[in-house]
Amino acid sequence: MPPEQPPVDPDVDLRVPRQRAELRRGTPSLLAAIALGGMIGAVLRHGLAVAVPHSPTGFPWATFAVNVSGCLLIGVLMVLITEAWTAPRLVRPFLGVGVLGGYTTFSAYAVEVQQAMAVGAARTALLYLAGTLVAALVAVRVGLTLTRLATGVRRLRSSG
Amino acid sequence: MTVLLVALGAAVGAPLRYLLDRAVQARHGSAFPWGTLTVNVLGSLILGVLIGGAGAGAVPGSLVALLGTGLCGALTTYSTFGYETVRLVETGARRYALVNAVVSVAAALGAAFLGVTLAEVLWG
Repeated sequence: MPPEQPPVDPDVDLRVPRQRAELRRGTPSLLAAIALGGMIGAVLRHGLAVAVPHSPTGFPWATFAVNVSGCLLIGVLMVLITEAWTAPRLVRPFLGVGVLGGYTTFSAYAVEVQQAMAVGAARTALLYLAGTLVAALVAVRVGLTLTRLATGVRRLRSSG
Repeated sequence: MTVLLVALGAAVGAPLRYLLDRAVQARHGSAFPWGTLTVNVLGSLILGVLIGGAGAGAVPGSLVALLGTGLCGALTTYSTFGYETVRLVETGARRYALVNAVVSVAAALGAAFLGVTLAEVLWG
């Protein structure tokens, strides 16, 4: 994959030479940026979960909203920092790996599906399972497309 | 207090995801996002154990906040998973994208069920 292609893994993609080398160029600052971002994202997620609680048989709206909005924002962010501009070294680790990675969660999603099944709310569980997946993927696509339009970046394609 | 525990757990979980993702990628040259799949399944298993343990009264709420909401929440990620899946489609790797979506959801869910079951066996 040529370096001007955006990565596939937004956390770290070792096929992008700059990212392969980034750990050697100052590990403490890199991990601190990720940790700080992760704390901010996780506290936001926790705040929303406390503000919008759900009953054991209810639809987990807080996690749904967190994961879908986080997917929209990763689409926006990654176009801005890999396609439209070249971002300073710690921007992706802080905002992408840290804030958005800490904000969104796969573990709560999986366990909430399990918990809904365990109390017999199979329909809610399936709706939540499939609804999050579809809405999250659409949100990434919308984030990518709108940000490419807004910044005038043509869609990059590799022969893949 | 709970907020501090969540933040503390996340301060470990997010860098751990980055380091584990790098370590897994270093062993697989493939375009398939094995690193993210690994952290998402691992985090779902641990959260399952914690929630199952909390249900059995064996794991206190503070530990769920620290290791569950904080550490597992930040170790796992939906944004990375979503971006990867869409980028796999864009780069023409449609089959990888489909496999990634199906396997991530199925494996994380299986891990969550396994975690809760383990907790029930341990503390039930």
